[in-house]
This record gives sequence, structure tokens and C-alpha cells, in this order.
Amino acid sequence: MSSMENQTQARRANRRASAILKAVASFVVIVATTYLGLLAVTFFIGRVVPIDPVLAIVGDRAPAHVVERTRIEMGFNLPYYQQFYLYVKGVLQGDFGTSVLTTNPVMADIRRVFPATMELATVGTIIGAAFGIPLGVLAAVKRGSLADQIVRIIGLIGYSVPIFWLGLLALLVFYARLGWTAGPGRIDVVFEYTFTPITGFYLLDAVLNRDWAAFKDIFAHIILPASLLGYFSLAYISRMTRSFMLNELSQEYIVAARAKGLSETRIIWGHALRNAAVPLVTVIALSYAGLLEGSVLTETVFAWPGLGLYITNSLQNADMNAVLGGTIIIGSVFIALNLFSDLLYRLLDPRTRIR
Amino acid sequence: MMLGKMNGQFRLLLAGAALSAMVFAAPALAVTPADTLVQAWAIDDTITLDPAESFELSPAEFLGNAYDMLVRLDINDTTKVRPGVAESWTVSDDGLTYTFKLKPGLKFASGNPITAADVAWSFERVVKLDKSPAFILTQFGLTKDNVAEKAKAADDSTFVFTVDKSYAPSFVLNCLTATVGAVMDSKLVLEHVAPVTPTDDYKFDNDFGNGWLKTGYAGSGPFKIRDWRANEILVLERNDNYYGDKPALARVIYRHVKESATQRLMLEAGDIDVARNLEPGDLEAVSKNAELTTTSAPKGTVYYISLNQKNENLAKPEVRQALKYLVDYDAIGATLIKGIGEIRQTYQAKGVLGALDSNPFTFDPAKAKELLEKAGLKDGFSVTMDVRNTQPVTGIAESFQQTVGQAGVKVEIIPGDGKQTLTKYRARNHDMYIGQWGMDYWDPNSNAETFTSNPNNADDGTVKTLAWRNAWDVPELTEKTKAALLERDNDKRAAMYKELQQAALDTSPFVLIFQQTEVAGLRGNVKNYKLGPNFDSNFVAPVTKE
Repeated sequence: MSSMENQTQARRANRRASAILKAVASFVVIVATTYLGLLAVTFFIGRVVPIDPVLAIVGDRAPAHVVERTRIEMGFNLPYYQQFYLYVKGVLQGDFGTSVLTTNPVMADIRRVFPATMELATVGTIIGAAFGIPLGVLAAVKRGSLADQIVRIIGLIGYSVPIFWLGLLALLVFYARLGWTAGPGRIDVVFEYTFTPITGFYLLDAVLNRDWAAFKDIFAHIILPASLLGYFSLAYISRMTRSFMLNELSQEYIVAARAKGLSETRIIWGHALRNAAVPLVTVIALSYAGLLEGSVLTETVFAWPGLGLYITNSLQNADMNAVLGGTIIIGSVFIALNLFSDLLYRLLDPRTRIR
Repeated sequence: MMLGKMNGQFRLLLAGAALSAMVFAAPALAVTPADTLVQAWAIDDTITLDPAESFELSPAEFLGNAYDMLVRLDINDTTKVRPGVAESWTVSDDGLTYTFKLKPGLKFASGNPITAADVAWSFERVVKLDKSPAFILTQFGLTKDNVAEKAKAADDSTFVFTVDKSYAPSFVLNCLTATVGAVMDSKLVLEHVAPVTPTDDYKFDNDFGNGWLKTGYAGSGPFKIRDWRANEILVLERNDNYYGDKPALARVIYRHVKESATQRLMLEAGDIDVARNLEPGDLEAVSKNAELTTTSAPKGTVYYISLNQKNENLAKPEVRQALKYLVDYDAIGATLIKGIGEIRQTYQAKGVLGALDSNPFTFDPAKAKELLEKAGLKDGFSVTMDVRNTQPVTGIAESFQQTVGQAGVKVEIIPGDGKQTLTKYRARNHDMYIGQWGMDYWDPNSNAETFTSNPNNADDGTVKTLAWRNAWDVPELTEKTKAALLERDNDKRAAMYKELQQAALDTSPFVLIFQQTEVAGLRGNVKNYKLGPNFDSNFVAPVTKE
């Protein structure tokens, strides 16, 4: 190897390192400003809402001196910029404050409610992707056929019917009439004394505990709300799959593959879908993130103690620490999933790898 | 907000859903454990289980079942009290000293003995913590400095309580039935106190176990609180150390379920034994189901429309009276509050001492027009009304908007979230407001004080009663309310409260509409389930399952 080549290689490696460094630095800056912006906007919206936050703590019937004392204790008498400064300072030290409604540290609350939402969203997304992708592919391949129309209608219903109503209907049919699934809640009360959550993901906990009766019960509880959310994301995923597939199927490499005499199955699943999978990953990741925000209505109907209910309830009571904490978590989830789908992109699409 | 909006349309949709589900056959019934009562109830108002701090509805029921007080409300005659931890009591001739003899040999759930020192310490911690419900005790002249002297143990079984004025004994005893009067296991709580840095507002170096008791338990009631997870579940378990009749059931589980329709489905399927938040539509369906029953009891909460006296039109006496003739009481009673409330035009709840049972107003637009003409408002006027977007108040507000229109009064409804309209109301920035008021403790003074007394009507007044919130300046009624507190003859005291209610009917800016009825849907095998007049007397100990 000549020294010339060595030099070029070293320079290239240098350039590559600095490019990575730059990318990381700009990523950090973007994330930091995003967070700060998120905090500031949520904080000030929370403060201009015409709800007295002390009211949520002491109730309507508290005597005036208790109300005033609590206002001072909570720091609500300080100017907004000072309140914001104190809050950000706390957050940087890992202290998200205390929820006035549950009187727990906000992070402790979120650790409790987030697994419930995440478990539901995960099962929901698996269902949505498992059915949505094949249906989307089918619709694209048989474009304009009856199958395509049926998939379109299924998607349209899933996308436009209010989930609240669909949830109650599902409960009425599958729980109340047919008795195929369990009712609202995460687990039956009979397990209240025998089942000890470890991770907060009940299905996983049941496996860890080797408690198969509980597993069956938990599964019976989660399947209905998860299918509902799954149906909702199926609608979106199948539409997006269809359009990505149509785009791929009209490419020249498909014609080339056909000319080569490859089987249609191989072309569709091996080539077209493989390429469509790249943007599809983002679609699924974002739809997953959407479910993670907590589907408030689903959680209400199914009495599911998740993040959506927690944040909504907090918002209605001007429990701003809880709302801010929840917002940060959701923000982090979005950022993390975006990052994750970026990385997956690179794995799936060789063109995006840094050379 | 979104939920509120959904709710209206959703009833119709549900009907459709019900129809489409008719085709399916009924499944096998789920059953709850035989020794457990499972109730579905919206329990998201529970923020703490410390009796010194808790002041909301659902925790009142938990605490009422898990703690014991010196005296308890007699639910068979709600104008009286019955013994609790105290076996008997005497009042000194000057009316200042109350001496309670405790029942012998009582134990807390922990096994510690119940002594008069525990009672005294319980009073002391309430007064020193000074949380929302503390005024129920401090109104007897207790302060942080004198409480140790005014509430003290004479010996192990004698507790002496000294009040600052010669109050009506019924008033003092009624207040002691409130959950804030719970007798705490001082030995147990003292093991769990957390250190605090004293400040000007809080001069003590520990929290009296306030932090631990948010979820902890240190009582002696028929049940103990085993577990509480906010917005999820609360579990009561039989207290084997309880001195009285032991509960038949080993445990009572409250599951947080907010939706009426969901509760109904669960009740029908047998996954719960009791549904606590049934709305009129679901209640009707439950009452028609042969396997289910319903039970109900009037509660100490009244619903009213109030008229801010800062508005010059509403301040006219004729206008206040005219508006009382412009509510269609019959229609509201027959539809909007059917099963969940009863028309009531006086502000004291039915069943409380001195409650006046009188409904003089009927829907009479002609009479109202006459009154408005007298007030110089022949052509009516325009006014706003703050309404929170939950039923039944939204429905009542809409009905009222329509019926006052018949006398030329134009009401603009300003919808809002509960806490939002309440914030505005508390700042006296409303014209009209529709709201509810629940009694702080089971005594007529509670509502009399808020509806018909206003010690200082200035904007910076510190006693912000409902009369203050509506800028209704009534020095005479304020004095009379105070005087009723010192009337030691029970009959005379009752008569004084009746006069106050009559004065409110004649002149007040409160258009009282109805008293809330609490209803519950039950599985047919649930027996002896009886709702009390307030939430802390919803006793579950007698309940059995067949």
C-alpha cells in the first residue's frame, strides 16, 4: 500500500469522524431546543388556563387561609418566569415535581401508568401491522378489484368511526353478549391477591411469575382494547402500504424482474415489499408513538389505567407538573422512535449508510 | 371536554349498538368471589387517605368504613348521633366541657389498645396540620397553641373536650361524626412520621405521619384499608380486631370505572356486584333487569342556580323572585334528574336537623313577568350563565335558558370545564352560575353558614361563603346563623334554621333546584346494601352475598 493511499484513507476517516461528530452535535442541539420549547409552551399554556391550580389540591370547600397557604407552598404566588426557572432547574436535576392530584412524584406516577399504555399500544401495533401490511399489499396487487374495495372500506371504517363508540359496541358484543373476552380493566379482581406486578407489563409479568391462569386472564382483558387500537392503526397502515406498494410496483426494476422470469410471489414479497418497507417503518413507528400517547377514549371506555387518562385528568385539574411530565415522556417517545426508525432505515436501505 | 361532548351523542349511538347486539345470545355469567364485594365507582377524587386532610366524596366512604370516631351518625334517625369509640358522654352545665367515656378494651386494627391519649393526639394532629377539613374542629376555638389543653385525656378511658362557647350540643356532636374526627392509632402513626424543616407557616419539625397516611392506614373501623392505587383500585379488608359486629364479607373492592355505560355492562355480566355511577338511562335499564336491583338514598348535596348581586339587574329583589318562578321544576324532575335527584327548593338537605320541607315555587311565567315589570324590566334583560359541561347541569341550564326566555330574559350560556367555571365563580366574576354544594359535615350549620351568612362582603373578605361569592350582603341573617349555633334547645335550634330557610326562599339570590339522590345498581344476590345520608355513612359492613 502506498503512502498516498494511506493518507487519503486517513483523511477520509477523519472526515467521517468529524461528520459523525457534527451529526451528533446537531442532534443534541435539536433535541435540547425541542425539549426546552416543549417545556416552555406546555408550561405557559398551563399557566394561562383560567383554572386555579390550588383548587385541585384543597378542594372547593377549603377555608380561605388554607387556600392561601397552599398557594405559597406550591410557589404559585411567584412570577411566571421564576416558576418556570425553578421548574426547569428541578427537571435538570431529575425532579419532575409532585402531582397535586395523586400526591406522588410525577415520575413515580408515570412509571405506574406508562407500562399499561405501552403494553396496550404494543399489542395493538402488532395486530395492526400483522393484518394491515398483508391487506395493503393485497389491495395494491389487486388494484381496482373487489378485494381492493373491501380493504378500502375496512380502512375507511377504522379511520372514521369514533373509537369511543366502537369500543362500547365491541364491549357489548364480545364481552356482554358473547362472553368471548373479559370486561374492562387490566386484570380480574380474583388475581388482586396472587398476582404481583414486576415490570408493570402484565403479560410479561405473568410469564415471569409462571402464572398461566393470570396470563390467560390478562390476555382476555387486553385483547379487546388492543384489537380496537390495532384496527385503528390497521386502517392507517394498510392505506400507506397500498400506496407505497403501488409506487414500487410501477418501478422499472419490477419490469426487469418480471422479464427475468421471477415468480410473482417473489417479486411482490421479496422485492417490492422489501423496498416499500423502508418508508413503512416510519409509518408504523409513528402510529405506535400515536398509540403510546395514550388513547384517552379507549382508556376511558375500558377503564384502562394508562397515560392518556392520567394526562387528561391532570389537565382538567390544572395539575401542571403531571401534564409537563407526561408531555416530556411523550416527546421523548416521539424523538426516540424517530431516531429508531432512522436507524432502521439505514439497516434496510443501504443507500442511506454513511460511506 | 371532549368526553363531555361525546357523552351526549353517545347515548343514541349506544342504543344503536344495543339493537345490533340483540342478535347475539347471552353468555355464561361471570361471578365475583363469594366473600368479596366488588364495586365500580369513579374514585378519581381520592387524593389522600389521611382523615386530617381528606375532604372529598369517595374517600369519605373509605374512611367512614375504615376508621371509627368518638360518635357516629345514626342512619336510622339522621338528626341524632350514636356511640362510636365513646360509650357515653356528658356535657357540663355551662355547655363548655364535653366528657367522653371510651368503650373498654378496644383495639386498633394493628392490635394497639385505643386510649383517650390516642383521641387527644388525633385532635392535636388535625389542628396542627391545619388542612382543608381542620376547620370542622378549629371552629370550636382550638388553636395550635391551646389544642393540647382543650382536647386532652383525663385518664386512659376519659377524653375531655373543651369548647370556647356554649354551643348547641347537637352541633358539637354532629361535627365529631365527620371523618376529620377519626381516632388515629398514634403509636403506629408515630412510627411513620417524616422530619420537616419548620417554617413560619408550619412550626413543627415533623409531618405527623401525613405523608405516610396518604396511602397508609391506622384506624379501628370494621374494615382496614389494604391497598389504594390512584384511579385504579381501593381494597378494604375485614378488621378482625373490630369490637362491633364483624363484617360478613372478607373484603370490599372498589374499581375505578368512570363510564356509566361501562359500569352497566359489567354489572349485567356479573363482573361487579355494585355499580355506583349509573346515569338515568342506564339506571332505568338496570331497574328493569330481573337479575338486578337498585337502591337509593337522598344525599346532602343540593343543586342551585345563583345570581351574582354585583349584576344590577339580578340585584333587584323582584328579579330574584321572578327567576324562581321561571324554572320548570316538574319537567326537570320528570326527566333530567329522574332517579338521581328530587326537587328541593330549600337549601338544607332532607333528613338534617331543622330541614324545611317546602317547595312553594312552580313554573309560572305570568307571575314572573309581573315581578319583572315591577322591577322596571318589562322587556326582560340579557345575562350570562357559567355552566360546566357535565350532566345533569348542562341539561338543566338549557331548560332554564328556554323557560326564562318566555319572560323575555335572554341567557347566554358560557360552557366550561368544571374547575374553570368554579375558578371564575370563586372570584365573583360570573352573572349566573349553576352549581352544587355538598355539606361539609352533617349539621344544619354547614349549609346555613354558607347560604345565609356573609361576615364581610368586601372583595378581600376572608370568609368566602356562597353568599359572599354572590355578593349577597346579609348582616341580619349572618347574626341569626351565628345565634342558632348557641341555641342549646334542639327544638328551638331547629326552628331557627327553618326561619333562615324561609328567609332564603323569600329573598335569596339562590334558585334551589334539587337534592341529589345517590343510586346504586346491585346484583340480585347482594343483600343489606344500604346507602347513608352522606358518604361517610355508606356503611358496607352489614352487606352479605347469597
